Amino acid sequence: MTEAQHITKERILALLENVKDPEVPVISIRELGVLRDVSVETGVVVVTITPTYTGCPAMDVMKADIEHELRASGIQDFEVKQVLAPAWTTDWISDEGRSKLKGYGIAPPERTADIRALKGAQPIVACPQCGSKNTVMLSPFGSTACKALWKCNDCLEPFDQFKCL
Amino acid sequence: MDQHQALLTYCLRRGDDNLILSHRLGEWCGHGPQLEEDIALTNRALDLIGQARNYLQYAAEVEGKGRTEDDLAFLRSERQFVNTMLVEQLNGDYAHTICRSFLYDAWHLPLQQALTKSADERIAAIAGKAVKEVSYHLRTSSEWMIRFGDGTEESHVRAQTALDALWTFTGDLFVQDDVDAILVKAGVVPDMAPIRSAFDKTVETVLAEATLERPVDGHMATGGRQGKHSEHLGYLLAEMQYLQRAHPGAQW
Ligand SMILES: [Zn+2]
Repeated sequence: MTEAQHITKERILALLENVKDPEVPVISIRELGVLRDVSVETGVVVVTITPTYTGCPAMDVMKADIEHELRASGIQDFEVKQVLAPAWTTDWISDEGRSKLKGYGIAPPERTADIRALKGAQPIVACPQCGSKNTVMLSPFGSTACKALWKCNDCLEPFDQFKCL
Repeated sequence: MDQHQALLTYCLRRGDDNLILSHRLGEWCGHGPQLEEDIALTNRALDLIGQARNYLQYAAEVEGKGRTEDDLAFLRSERQFVNTMLVEQLNGDYAHTICRSFLYDAWHLPLQQALTKSADERIAAIAGKAVKEVSYHLRTSSEWMIRFGDGTEESHVRAQTALDALWTFTGDLFVQDDVDAILVKAGVVPDMAPIRSAFDKTVETVLAEATLERPVDGHMATGGRQGKHSEHLGYLLAEMQYLQRAHPGAQW
């Protein structure tokens, strides 16, 4: 284990920047808030992740991608742990993550996971294409579990919104 | 029955409810009345299957006999499933499907809210995750109940017909037996009385806005928790379990 001394938390975090959300490949698992913790103790790397949605099929892919990334860098002693609590919230998406979502054509979620949004008060969502706030929700369930489907009344483009959770 | 056995049964009940309803909603895949609804239904099915997996994984660990979540889903027979009878009912028309979900969601949300305070950390974590998803489910099914009930003459009749047909199965949602008694005492699961009140309140509010009439409680069908089901569950399982029965251990 001569490698062990070179394995640092910083190095692992840098490696994991390469692991992206398979459904939104511009945003890393750190920016998404799925990566909760990295610890390195006596050479063993423990990566802790949490699912966005309970049934999110991308979780298995992210886990496999993390394992692949670590192995490819010669790290053999690791464990990828999934935790449910505390439950993921869209508030954990970083500022860079939010602007990357927008650049990718997905409206970022409202700033706080406030209970009004969950209870049905319609948020005002700006069109990621033209910036207009003259938009309407077509369906609270979009192309994946984490997104709602919207339409812009000005540029007439449909778009996804990462919904508040 | 000891607490360990009760916990196992409880996890199976929660897992089976979500698994069977998820399968029913999945049957709509490719057949939704419009594209957005097709996607919305299967998204809800996906949430429910995720919640089912969480509970069945936990059940498998609690049992400790080497069975996995897949064994529990695909290799138990009809009488070993302990889901509520409501979720196994046929899809029928769209009003029927929505009404079944609405009645389930109106019960499921307050239940999950209460379970977030469970003395069992694992259940509290599962519920903490599920509760926000289920909020979206109830909101959607409520909106559709109102749209159908307060819509055209035909949509109103169909929604009322569905409600009348499904009402008898709401009894099964509130049954409490030894399993619940042991776990309520241990602070693991909530008493059903406040869940019932929350359910009644949601039903009252939504039906009023939908101009639909709440059916009278008559004979209430119960028995799902003891593995007694309507004829529909066997057919559902035959389809859902076909692959693992025909090709044991198949993976993809
Ligand atoms: Zn626009």
